[in-house]
Amino acid sequence: MSTLEAPTPLRSLRVPLSFVAAAGVAAGLYIALGPFWNWAVYTLAGLPRGTRWADAVHFFLFDTTKILLLLVGIIFVVRILRSFLSIERTRAMLGGKREGVGNVLAAGLGVATPFCSCSAVPAFIGFVAVGIPLGVTLSFLIASPLVNEVAVVLLYGMFGFEVAALYIGAGLVLAIVAGFVLGHMRLERYIEPMILEAAAVAPLAGGDELQPTWSQRIELGVEEVKAIVGRVWPYLLVGIALGAAIHGWLPTDFFTRVAGPGNPLAVPVAVILGLPFYSNAAGTLPLIEALHAKGMAMGTSLALMMSIVALSLPEMILLRRVLKPRLLAIYAGIVATGIVAIGFLFNAVL
Amino acid sequence: MHTVKVLGSGCANCQRLAALTSQALAELDRSEEVEKVTDYAAMAALGVMATPALAIDDQIVFAGRIPSLGALRDTLADRLVAG
Repeated sequence: MSTLEAPTPLRSLRVPLSFVAAAGVAAGLYIALGPFWNWAVYTLAGLPRGTRWADAVHFFLFDTTKILLLLVGIIFVVRILRSFLSIERTRAMLGGKREGVGNVLAAGLGVATPFCSCSAVPAFIGFVAVGIPLGVTLSFLIASPLVNEVAVVLLYGMFGFEVAALYIGAGLVLAIVAGFVLGHMRLERYIEPMILEAAAVAPLAGGDELQPTWSQRIELGVEEVKAIVGRVWPYLLVGIALGAAIHGWLPTDFFTRVAGPGNPLAVPVAVILGLPFYSNAAGTLPLIEALHAKGMAMGTSLALMMSIVALSLPEMILLRRVLKPRLLAIYAGIVATGIVAIGFLFNAVL
Repeated sequence: MHTVKVLGSGCANCQRLAALTSQALAELDRSEEVEKVTDYAAMAALGVMATPALAIDDQIVFAGRIPSLGALRDTLADRLVAG
């Protein structure tokens, strides 16, 4: 390992310089994608522009490559930024915080902490062990999957900066408010006793590892890109293929009448329809993009996505290990209500 | 004899970490067996808050990630051979 070598000025510049070079190459590729696929599909392959097949093929190829490039770049950068945090540090920061401030901090940390929702149960136990209030813990657990980097990247790539920023804001507010409300309902008795028993024997501190070196941070970034892209690519391809089909074959105003801005029932119906389905942001967003292009209002489309991503059967099964059915139902009800509110808000402002 | 434990609920990530750890142990010619811990109380007792995690002699060495085979081999060699 290079840890024994003395850092020379040249060596310390190598990492930032290669970052800049890699970012330049990625940006160049990103800009070149549009012209490249226009040329490849319509000129090289000779598919007639304006026909359904040709446009669907173009949509599929362009979207797939664009999203993959965005995913790789952003996941890498985000994981490196997140390597300055860990669930242990997050817990230490949340410990002793009161509700209110704690909910805000927990939602923010839910976004920033490297965390997979498959760790929800051990994290819940660890938080309970140091006395972090239930509502604060729930703010963390709601924000973490909802405002994830994959969702934000895809929203930015498909709908632009404004929608991505509104989504982040809305997700944070939802996590803060839902956690705060749940925290004030005196629901602690609906936590599974197994969790409290486990929390009683858990060590209260520790696990604070050494700060990773820069080469370890980059290693973490590469690992994360492999893990996430390796996991989401089938969802992504199916989502984009469905999106391409809807794009090519459904009439442009297909959803305008039933799910356009004029129908107030569309948002709650979309949230209810999304509940039983489970997919991640990568699989859902290409579909959402296509539905939106065919006239589904933005708020309705995003409410459908949030419902699919944040409230799902597998997530509920996992949380059931921690929460008794009553608390689980209240939790789902409050989050669903929040998503409906966000849907209406987006429909009103976008 | 050292203990090597993979902690996690049994999800795909945990199984991958267990498989990689077994492979790293085999490459190092170690006879330790990988023990899978799926009980949340046992995880909590070791202070694990992110899965999948790897504990050597009940000390957590990786948590919330799947390290590369090389990194696993280095860590295992460090802890098992030196300790």
